[in-house]
Amino acid sequence: MENTNKRYWRGLEELRNDEKFVKEARSEFSDGPTEGQYESLVDGAGTHRRDFLKVLGFGMAAVSLAACEAPVKKAIPYVNKPEGEFPTIANWYASTYAEGGDYASILVKTREGRPVKIEGNSLSKTSFGVSARAHASLLGLYDNEKLKGPKKGSDTKVTWDVVDKEIVDQLTKIAAQGGAIRILSSTILSPSTKSVIADFTTKYPTTSHVMYDANSSSAIVKGNELSFGKAVFPTYDFSKAKVIVGIDADFLGTWVSPDTFSAQFAETRRVSSDKEGKKEMSRHYQFESILSVTGSNADYRTAVKPSQLGLVAAALYNKVAAKLGGSPISAAAIDVPNLDKAATELVAAKGQSLVVSGINDASVQVVVNALNSLLGSYGATINLDKPANYRQGNDVAMNSLVDEVKGGKVAALLLFGANPVYDHPRGAELAAALPQVSLSVSFNDRADETSSLLKYICPAPHYLESWGDAEPVAGSYSLIQPAISQIFSTRQAQASLLKWAGLASDYHEYIKAYWRKNVYTQGGTGDFEKFWIKSLHDGVYDAPSTTAASGATFSGNLSAAASGIAKKYKASSTGIELTLFENIGLGNGFHANNPWLQELPEPITKACWDNHACISQKTAAELGFEQGDVVKVDIKGKAVEVPVIIQPGLANGTVAIAIGFGREKAGKSANGVGKNVYPLAAFADGYLTFAPGEATVSKTGETREIAQTQTHNTVMNRKSVLQETVLAHFQKDPMAGRFVPKIPTSDGVVDATDLSLWNGHKYKNHSWGMVIDLNTCFGCGSCVISCQAENNIPVVGRQEVINSREMHWLRIDRYYSSDADVEDLRGLEIASENPEVTFQPMLCQHCNNAPCETVCPVLATTHSSEGLNQMTYNRCVGTRYCANNCPYKVRRFNWFKYFDNDNFDYHFNNDLGKMVINPDVTVRSRGVIEKCSMCVHRIQDAKLTAKKERRRIVDGEVNVACASSCPTNAITFGDMNDPESRISKLLEVEKEGRAFHMLEEINVRPQISYLTKVRNKDAASKAPEKKEHA
Amino acid sequence: MHVTSPVREPLIQGGKTYADVTEDICRHVEGAPTKEWKIAFGLSLIVLAYGSVCLAWTWWEGLGVWGLNKTVGWAWDITNFVWWVGIGHAGTLISAILLLFRQKWRTSINRAAEAMTIFAVICAASFILMHMGRPWMAYWALPLPNAFGSLWVNFNSPLVWDVFAISTYFSVSLVFWYIGLIPDLATIRDRATSKISKLMYGTFAMGWDGSAKTWARYEYISLILAGLSTPLVLSVHTIVSMDFATSVIPGWHTTIFPPYFVAGAIFSGFAMVQNLMLITRVVYKLEDYITLEHIETMNKVITLTGSVVGVAYITEFFIAWYSGVEYEYYAFFNRMTGPYWWAYWAMMTCNVISPQLFWSRKLRRSITFTFFISVVVNIGMWFERFVIIVTSLHRDYIPSSWAMFSPTRYDIGDYIFSFGLFFTLFLLFSKYLPVVNMAEVKAVIRSTSANLPTKIAGVAKVRQRGTAEPAFDKDKE
Repeated sequence: MENTNKRYWRGLEELRNDEKFVKEARSEFSDGPTEGQYESLVDGAGTHRRDFLKVLGFGMAAVSLAACEAPVKKAIPYVNKPEGEFPTIANWYASTYAEGGDYASILVKTREGRPVKIEGNSLSKTSFGVSARAHASLLGLYDNEKLKGPKKGSDTKVTWDVVDKEIVDQLTKIAAQGGAIRILSSTILSPSTKSVIADFTTKYPTTSHVMYDANSSSAIVKGNELSFGKAVFPTYDFSKAKVIVGIDADFLGTWVSPDTFSAQFAETRRVSSDKEGKKEMSRHYQFESILSVTGSNADYRTAVKPSQLGLVAAALYNKVAAKLGGSPISAAAIDVPNLDKAATELVAAKGQSLVVSGINDASVQVVVNALNSLLGSYGATINLDKPANYRQGNDVAMNSLVDEVKGGKVAALLLFGANPVYDHPRGAELAAALPQVSLSVSFNDRADETSSLLKYICPAPHYLESWGDAEPVAGSYSLIQPAISQIFSTRQAQASLLKWAGLASDYHEYIKAYWRKNVYTQGGTGDFEKFWIKSLHDGVYDAPSTTAASGATFSGNLSAAASGIAKKYKASSTGIELTLFENIGLGNGFHANNPWLQELPEPITKACWDNHACISQKTAAELGFEQGDVVKVDIKGKAVEVPVIIQPGLANGTVAIAIGFGREKAGKSANGVGKNVYPLAAFADGYLTFAPGEATVSKTGETREIAQTQTHNTVMNRKSVLQETVLAHFQKDPMAGRFVPKIPTSDGVVDATDLSLWNGHKYKNHSWGMVIDLNTCFGCGSCVISCQAENNIPVVGRQEVINSREMHWLRIDRYYSSDADVEDLRGLEIASENPEVTFQPMLCQHCNNAPCETVCPVLATTHSSEGLNQMTYNRCVGTRYCANNCPYKVRRFNWFKYFDNDNFDYHFNNDLGKMVINPDVTVRSRGVIEKCSMCVHRIQDAKLTAKKERRRIVDGEVNVACASSCPTNAITFGDMNDPESRISKLLEVEKEGRAFHMLEEINVRPQISYLTKVRNKDAASKAPEKKEHA
Repeated sequence: MHVTSPVREPLIQGGKTYADVTEDICRHVEGAPTKEWKIAFGLSLIVLAYGSVCLAWTWWEGLGVWGLNKTVGWAWDITNFVWWVGIGHAGTLISAILLLFRQKWRTSINRAAEAMTIFAVICAASFILMHMGRPWMAYWALPLPNAFGSLWVNFNSPLVWDVFAISTYFSVSLVFWYIGLIPDLATIRDRATSKISKLMYGTFAMGWDGSAKTWARYEYISLILAGLSTPLVLSVHTIVSMDFATSVIPGWHTTIFPPYFVAGAIFSGFAMVQNLMLITRVVYKLEDYITLEHIETMNKVITLTGSVVGVAYITEFFIAWYSGVEYEYYAFFNRMTGPYWWAYWAMMTCNVISPQLFWSRKLRRSITFTFFISVVVNIGMWFERFVIIVTSLHRDYIPSSWAMFSPTRYDIGDYIFSFGLFFTLFLLFSKYLPVVNMAEVKAVIRSTSANLPTKIAGVAKVRQRGTAEPAFDKDKE
């Protein structure tokens, strides 16, 4: 029978009936695998039935492994332990922070080979404390937006060899043709670098070196040349001055060497309640346009428009000259308060007085020099023979360099630690001309505004990876030594120059040789190697002083100066004048890509992450401006649009904007933050002036929120918060200005602190505490950054500051006085037109009767047996009750996860940036409270060291990050149980004097005391205030 | 037998027999969900879903999505918590204190009020969880034996007291409510036609047999629980008030808080009961059970407690001035005239002025007006907590830290979540459980019913009209 069924083939193989098919057709399952036939599970070749359990097991293991918290990545054991490197033990290196004329002798703390903290070097005689900027420079080391190797045009793959060869070829060609080679830098403090440049010049003789400073003091040097024939910046000694007059010189904040000046000035402000103690203070007058840190610490401050500041100097000179028999100069009469008083007191304190002016105008400086000369300040408070090198920039030379570049006369430009396209008023001209320069090389660490226009970038390493030296003041030397090996493929500028000059490029050896020849010979003892090792160890070397400070004879041309002043200043003006000022944290903006500095509130405005148009209350009212209005400030066609901050104390008719903002190519943290106002600056007689004249200020109609860490400005007459007095009252009664709350009870009137439900704590061993002297805290904010670096405090960014969520454990409260009556609670909210200013560092007060401790449901915050209020992050569930119940509002909550979070793209969000984390301090997780621990890890470390050595802790052995950073030693930390400690001795004296606990009446008994602020003002007619609570 | 004075208005209208009561109340449990219920439930679910998304984001991202800051560490979270706990006070007050005082008018409303209490406490508890920075560690606030060494909770902390107070209150309220439900559950079980209903209601009725002995036990346990919960009514909000009163913050640190908070809680609780009952009685046609008499009585309670609260506000002010403490004085000055003046005056208007309108008999017997005022009172009570929390915190001791709080969409969304949760639960309750306590209403019918039928143990009126055979007809046996 015919098979009519259709046939279907299972495949072509069956149809073809090929041999292999026939063979395998019978066995549905192919032969079992042979040994080792299937490969590992992970090769992706598929799995087999028999692998099921393996896969299952692997999966289980993988899942459970992955579930373990925080897998350790890239942990490499010390197979070969580096010599001198012990895990968990810090190594310290003495070094120097010297960037663009900023100087600090520092100690660098390294842990497991990476720098994690900068501290001041107490061996230095020229550097005191550590400024906020110096602290923050540490973070610059771990800035992952720096170049990672040389760059040619847009080529970042280029090698050093190629770059070197090309540059040397071109340099040789240019030198052969006689083309001009220019090295452009900011102030260089390093003598050996200058020697390197000299050697380079020898090789390429058409080289010349031009220095300029973004915030220039060039005219001061010029003024001294005109007055005394010495083109130097003198050293000042504020500590010897009884009467100080500052004319637009923010010497406690931003002028030249503020830390040194602060330390000296603080010496004259420190008083003691001891019967025999010091009860004299210097008196400080300040005439200025902006409200500066210096002005806010002045006893008498006068706000003067920028166009009148020169006349203030002239008028002061005339008044003093009239009393001391000097020849008067012709100057327009000016009527500003406190001028007569200042003149009288200057004369009375002749030989112990000091007038300083930061105005970058040679005429004004000549008049100021004449004034100081009349007052006998030279040789007493001013030393021309030991010049300071902080500002060596020459505005005139810089201007002619710009002209040269524009004229195409510069064949090669080497840029060294400077960014003129950004920070020079003629930056735009320069930017347009730079491409014409046939060879242009930058040594900057990143492709910033200027470097990106140059042909080569040969990035220099961070100073913590470098060798170097510095001579901040003639005869005072210090060394820079690397604290970490180079992170990227960088090379020091000096090494590059040496190499291109055909010399041995080992800069370390070069410095050593330089020191052998030039420094060792200045009184170095022992053999050189020992001298070198000791200098490296100490970080500093002070050559024995050969000449005593001598007086100087003024030989300047006063009438020329007077006419110079008359030309530029006028006794009255009606327009709105622009003035630029330096922000204490960000400085000139060269290191703006530093989130710590960006978030450091400016001490006066308490604003961060932006620059603003500061306008006085009266002027703002006249112009109809409100805080946050974006205004257009236009001067001769150059304009910026910035939001308004209403700034009490600012001169009326003045608008002030900070420099250092508006970077475009600095990095994520800096780009687009604020507006660049350098282009608005101007030149007068060739010198840079930050008071470029009258501007038109108009509303744009937009508003912008301002990130301020403090939005309420007055202290509301709260005597238990802030206690202050004037010197005359203090001299009569050390308790003057103190507020001692009393409570009437059935047993009579008692101290508020006598009534308590608490049993108190017994501290058998230590009792750590702090005393903060409001008289020597000038509000600079260095402690804030020191604390931030020490304690891994996250940066939260502009929006979160606007949301009042900054994380700083230590803040500096700034209060303005108010003219309102004490009963007028509304009026008290408004600051005076020219307010008295007080700074009050505020941190966890480590209360003995701590309100936070009782309310925590889970005992996450508890009291230690040594007086500390401890926070256990691990235990915190984040109810925030402790923060609410903290009367000082010092507790901070982790609203978000601040690390590894793209919304907070700062250093905690990249591996390099995280290297700055202090391994001794936990990085807090989201949802927990944190606060000042009084650097408990440092205390613990010192205790362990003492224990190992079988002794007790010695006073001074442990210091907290804020106190150690303070240039004026306003913070005293120590063991209050140790009768020999500085803090015990201080409190012993001040207990019945200036020491007060904040909010004493709520009886929380803080471990931190404040010392009343004493102003050296004439006592008002009313009796010293001593309000009692009844 | 308890005799009601003839001058009192009868509490039950419509000449109800026992069977009528059963029928009227069970109808909604047994019938299919009505269209209105479906719409309302759908809306609640939408609100709950939106709120849940907001809440999920809050937990995922961190509390930074709220508007809180370094100065104002609590705002809407604890405001909402206290507000819901306050609302939760009416239930227990009605079922416990009024039981002890033998207030018969409570019988028609106690079931719904207790349910409201439980749901409100759940909402409140959700804010306790929500406000924590690390809610996954919430169990650390419980005194559980643990492997962390000697770690224990801080018995000094009012937050721990809160945990105890709220959890006690919740469990006692739940037990009380459930015990009260048992006879009614048994009724439904007996009437149930579907197997599932029989099983579910049967299970929860716990074998109730309606014997005299069972009833006697029921009465005992009710009394005991009433006795137990009476102090709770006072203690819970007293303890909640101590969250503030034991602090050092001016405006919080106040001895007047416990009575003031309890009065405020009852005030807002009754207002919420009014809101819920006024809707329920219309939707479920329970006008005969929840009469104008009930509404008026509750309005009287609202006026009384509102007045207590008003006096407390004024006392606080007086003390702030009289004490001479500058911080205390400023806190209250700032409440009245500071940046949050509007919240303060909203609170004063809603809480002090509006309930005084109930002195007019016409107004307190007006259903629309009652509903309106109840909403106003609850808005006012929310503002009261907001004023206490935010205006005290935002300007306390140190002027440098003064700051403002403004809510974000997540503050609002998380509040909305609690509404979604509350109404979802309440709607489920109103559908699947008897909203009026049948057993207790039956107990008062004889003494306080209008048009009392001669034979109150008859067949339900609907059945008499012959619509259907009743499942259980006592007359036939």
